[in-house]
Formats: sequence, structure tokens, C-alpha cells
Amino acid sequence: MEIEATSADRNLLLELKGELDHHGARDALRELELAIDAALPKKLVLDFSGVTFMDSSGIALILRAQQRMGLLDGSLLVRNVPQQARRVLDAAGIGRLVTIR
Amino acid sequence: MKTKANNEVTLAFPSRSSNEGFARAAVSCFAAQMDPTLNELEDIKTAVSEAVTNAIVHAYPDSIGQVVMKVRICPDQVLEVTVRDHGRGIPDIEKARQPMFTTGGEERSGMGFTIMESFMDKLVVRSTPGRGTTVVMRKRLAPRLKSGT
Repeated sequence: MEIEATSADRNLLLELKGELDHHGARDALRELELAIDAALPKKLVLDFSGVTFMDSSGIALILRAQQRMGLLDGSLLVRNVPQQARRVLDAAGIGRLVTIR
Repeated sequence: MKTKANNEVTLAFPSRSSNEGFARAAVSCFAAQMDPTLNELEDIKTAVSEAVTNAIVHAYPDSIGQVVMKVRICPDQVLEVTVRDHGRGIPDIEKARQPMFTTGGEERSGMGFTIMESFMDKLVVRSTPGRGTTVVMRKRLAPRLKSGT
């Protein structure tokens, strides 16, 4: 799992690449927190277009991002979610808690 | 009652997180002979990922133990996957199966069993505290038309 961070004007874009399972999520969670702490964004975008597989570990990551952005009074958008990952999010009802586009 | 399998494979591996991807790839390769759709394969891989991760995270929280995965191809396009460990066990299975319940801390979402249930047709969980846990999942794949006839 790789995360590429781009930030400008307190907008933070994190592009996730690879398999987001429990094995990959450990480092991804750490990188997510470091990137949020460094950018203190108003708006965080998680781009999932490079995610080749995701299980419930991805839900934990999204909920963590949501929680951190809540503390910063900012917003979270999850976008470009591939079909397999989308079905995982739907099965867990995450669309009710987080904006997914 | 146990159904007779047309083909089966059993894999045993240590509870290292790097084996999560291996278990997904292995089940996917073995199930390929059933000519599954891409969606069916993804469902099976996702459910297996959850079951194996549970064994790795919860059965052996502070040690490395053995995880055994058995994949059986049964009549009528039914795939059965059993994931067994000899770890800590689950004291209250009903509670563990509830959405959002987890003892795994912030790293985990508590949605593992919910996803196994929704991606497979049947999920049976048996556990004895101190002895281990067995998860059996079944999925019936869509019937295939025989080609070349």
C-alpha cells in the first residue's frame, strides 16, 4: 500500500495505491495521520482509484480520517472507489456516515 | 451433515499479516476451476480476507500461531471455505458478530463478520475460549453454461 500526498491551501489529497487490507492498513493509517498533522487541512480528499483490493481495514481507515477531520472542523470526501471496495463500504453502510463520490 | 467435495485443498500458514494476501490469492486460484464471475471471485476473496485477518489479529494477539484454511468445491457450484485457528477463542460469538463491535482497537472497524455474512451465503462460527475458532463460509456460484458443446 502506497499513499501519495498533495497539499495546497489547506486542501489535502491522499491517493491510495495497492491492497488495503489489515497488512497494508497499518502503515497507511500512520501515513494518513502524519499527512493530516503536517497539512492541518480544511478539506481532505481520499482518492481510491488505485486501490486494487479493500476489506474492512479500509473502513477503519476512512472512519479514522473522518474522526480526525471532525477534530479539525474540516470535511472529508472519498472518491473514485472501485467496485469491489464500493461493495465493502455499502455492506457496512459507510455511505450514511461519509461522503462518497 | 458434511457434503462430499469434488475437489479440496488445505493450506496451513503462520499468523503473519503478510499471509492475508497469500490466502486471498490461493482461494482465488483454487476457485478459478469453478469458472466464477469476477464479482463472485471478489466476494470470496473479501470474505476470506476478513476470516484470515480475524485469526491473525484476534486468535493470536501476542504470538504467531497456525492458521489452517480449507477450500472445498462441493456439488451444485458450492464453494466452502473453512478457516481454523487454535488461538484464544471468542467468549461471546453473538456479540462478536454484531456490526461495529471490536476488541481490536482503532485499527479495526468491527465489520469483519458483517462483510463475511453479506458476501457469502452462509456463515457458521464455532469457538471455544482457549481452544480456538472455526469459521465456515459457503457460497453458491451462478450456474455455468458448458462451452464447446
